[in-house]
Amino acid sequence: MSTISEISPGSLTEGLPTTLFRFATAGSVDDGKSTLVGRLLHDSKAILADTLDAVARTSADRGFGGEKGGIDLALLTDGLRAEREQGITIDVAYRYFATDRRSFILADCPGHVQYTKNTVTGASTADAVVVLIDARKGVLEQTRRHLSVLQLLRVAHVIVAVNKIDLVDFSEDVFREIEADVQQVGRELGLGSDGITDLLVVPVSALDGDNVVERSERTPWYTGPALLEVLETLPAADELESHLESFRFPVQLVIRPQGALAPDAVAGGLDVEAYRDYRAYAGQITEGSVKVGDKVSVLTPGQDPRTTTVVGIDFAGSSLEEAAAPQSVAIRLAEEFDVARGDTIAAAGTVREASADLYASLCWLSPKPLREGQKVLVKHGTRTVQALVRNVGGKLDLASFKLEPASTLELNDIGNAQLRLAAPLPLENYLHHRRTGAFLVIDPLDGNTLAAGLVKDHPGDHEDERYSI
Amino acid sequence: MSTYLTEETTQVTDAAVSTRLSSLDTLESEAIHIIREVVAEFEKPALLFSGGKDSVVMLHLATKAFWPGKVPFPVLHVDTGHNFPEVIDFRDRTVERLGLKLVVGSVQEFIDRGELAERADGTRNPLQTVPLLDAIQQNKFDAVFGGGRRDEDKARAKERILSLRDEFGQWDPRNQRPELWNLYNGRHTVGQHVRAFPISNWTELDIWRYIERENIELPGLYYAHERQVFARDGMWRAVGEVSQPLPHEDVITKTVRYRTVGDMSCTGAVESDAYTVADVVVEVAASTLTERGATRADDRISEAAMEDRKKDGYF
Repeated sequence: MSTISEISPGSLTEGLPTTLFRFATAGSVDDGKSTLVGRLLHDSKAILADTLDAVARTSADRGFGGEKGGIDLALLTDGLRAEREQGITIDVAYRYFATDRRSFILADCPGHVQYTKNTVTGASTADAVVVLIDARKGVLEQTRRHLSVLQLLRVAHVIVAVNKIDLVDFSEDVFREIEADVQQVGRELGLGSDGITDLLVVPVSALDGDNVVERSERTPWYTGPALLEVLETLPAADELESHLESFRFPVQLVIRPQGALAPDAVAGGLDVEAYRDYRAYAGQITEGSVKVGDKVSVLTPGQDPRTTTVVGIDFAGSSLEEAAAPQSVAIRLAEEFDVARGDTIAAAGTVREASADLYASLCWLSPKPLREGQKVLVKHGTRTVQALVRNVGGKLDLASFKLEPASTLELNDIGNAQLRLAAPLPLENYLHHRRTGAFLVIDPLDGNTLAAGLVKDHPGDHEDERYSI
Repeated sequence: MSTYLTEETTQVTDAAVSTRLSSLDTLESEAIHIIREVVAEFEKPALLFSGGKDSVVMLHLATKAFWPGKVPFPVLHVDTGHNFPEVIDFRDRTVERLGLKLVVGSVQEFIDRGELAERADGTRNPLQTVPLLDAIQQNKFDAVFGGGRRDEDKARAKERILSLRDEFGQWDPRNQRPELWNLYNGRHTVGQHVRAFPISNWTELDIWRYIERENIELPGLYYAHERQVFARDGMWRAVGEVSQPLPHEDVITKTVRYRTVGDMSCTGAVESDAYTVADVVVEVAASTLTERGATRADDRISEAAMEDRKKDGYF
């Protein structure tokens, strides 16, 4: 297992290229989240000297660390002026650091205000989420809420960092008790036991660095990896998804130059005649993989699926034999179908019939509440359609994970709703399709995003009682 | 429960890594997806192109996104009038090579017309906002691609990939749309426009590794060269028409390169012997200063310098 080391010239230009891993942090300021993020950035040398100098000056001004001196690592994640003035974090901030093995994108999600909105946002693209718990406080209601949201979003890896382990004298008993509580909550939620997610618990001290980058000698009873080792070795979501059979490719646009070929390509020897009638469908593979010769279905709302064969996969002048999520490519098909933006190309026969009835969980992200009878826009893949909110099927109590009656959803609520779409969409259950099972609800008046939506099976064929309306 | 590091999961990890895209490939795919989304959903996009490395990478990604077709939008340059001549030359050659339309917003013209005032410190970078917004309005651009990266600055770290701007081009960091999955919401009303940042998730090192991998041409001043410089504000400033030393500032010849390329009046050079892109990759990886901290006088004005400029409609 590699640990952080100075990046040497050799590691950059030789050997295996690094891969990308996206993770988010959730927890409140009091749990030491900013300090943990600061510690990861600091110990992975992502903080450069001028930034560190500024933080050291501010730390000294504020008398941080008393006679010990030192720097307040939490300052490293300070963002906007308003945040510094109020001492709170308002919005998700993105941070970057790298080890020899991986490049990391960290979505730092504030915990105090609008934690549901921020956690849902950060978790939507995350391969893993680190949830912080204060070792002195153990599992709180907010922990349950965070874990509920992560379970709902099916984040592949949930890591609970039991922080401030130094403040409980590195007690194994305290840690084991919290670990058991976390696993109990996990069992209640199905987190870690649903075959999609896993749940890990790590004792850390963000302030001193125990088990953050290096394994700590002060927790000899803990034999697992340090947090960064975990992050370096967990499989990323697209590694798991590209192994699925279910190729999905929402068409973004049609590339059809009709003689308007790129002058640099022509100057580079592109055969102008051969490309006169070039026509390919551009998009990003959201799931699975595709090979030249594969049978695929073109899904167009309101039409029966049309089946054809992939004859080419192009990327900027290279012809590929196969491609997998999350690659952006251009696909050529055997038949000259009328294919346009908003259509989906999928492995033949793997997508169920398009439906205009949408059953979903909605994470409500707007101060404007949801009303029954409201007209909204639904953005799914590369298509946006009008929709009517038929009814609200209840609101989730995140602490108990039970559905309560409700006829409206407000900011930070998560609930169930049924929508009627103006055109049928190839909707898929979010449980199994994190991209084609996700959508946005948009306000047609001002264009703002109202909700994050997760497609559920229709009542009658749902597999999980807790998600029923 | 705690399934971590069982034999089974370890094997899955190893098998998966072998077929995994590199981080650069993943970032490239993400950026191309965003560029295509904007082109598909907006009426009239444009790409901010200064000849600086980030905008050069942006343009390279755009050529890949639409191959074998032409890049389907014009490029926009806000010319401070204090640009390095070799960068302007590079800009013009690039536009010519790719058959693009170039729109120029000129800070000098605004100053000449009395619509902008020269600052006491002579720095023109903050003056770019007005000509930028004017060009957006005059040309009815509804989306403007920028090469901004979240690792550049703490205000940028909070920026969305699609960032909505009001009639005055203002950024409201406290009221941003949540951005979920790879679903980008670019809806806007008349008068509003969107700034699109497809390389938000790239770091300075990613940019340089990509330039190396793709063999992308840059203006020569990104590489080590000899230049007459003088020391000011802890940076090496080039001697040029608009960048003259004061009597007490000694002019010397140094081997330098630029980490960022902007206005001559506020962009500093760093001492460097990185003559090739491979040298630069090594240098950037080992650097102990941020690129803006090392080379931009305008970002040293205050802790929130970038935040304030962005709120007013800056890039």
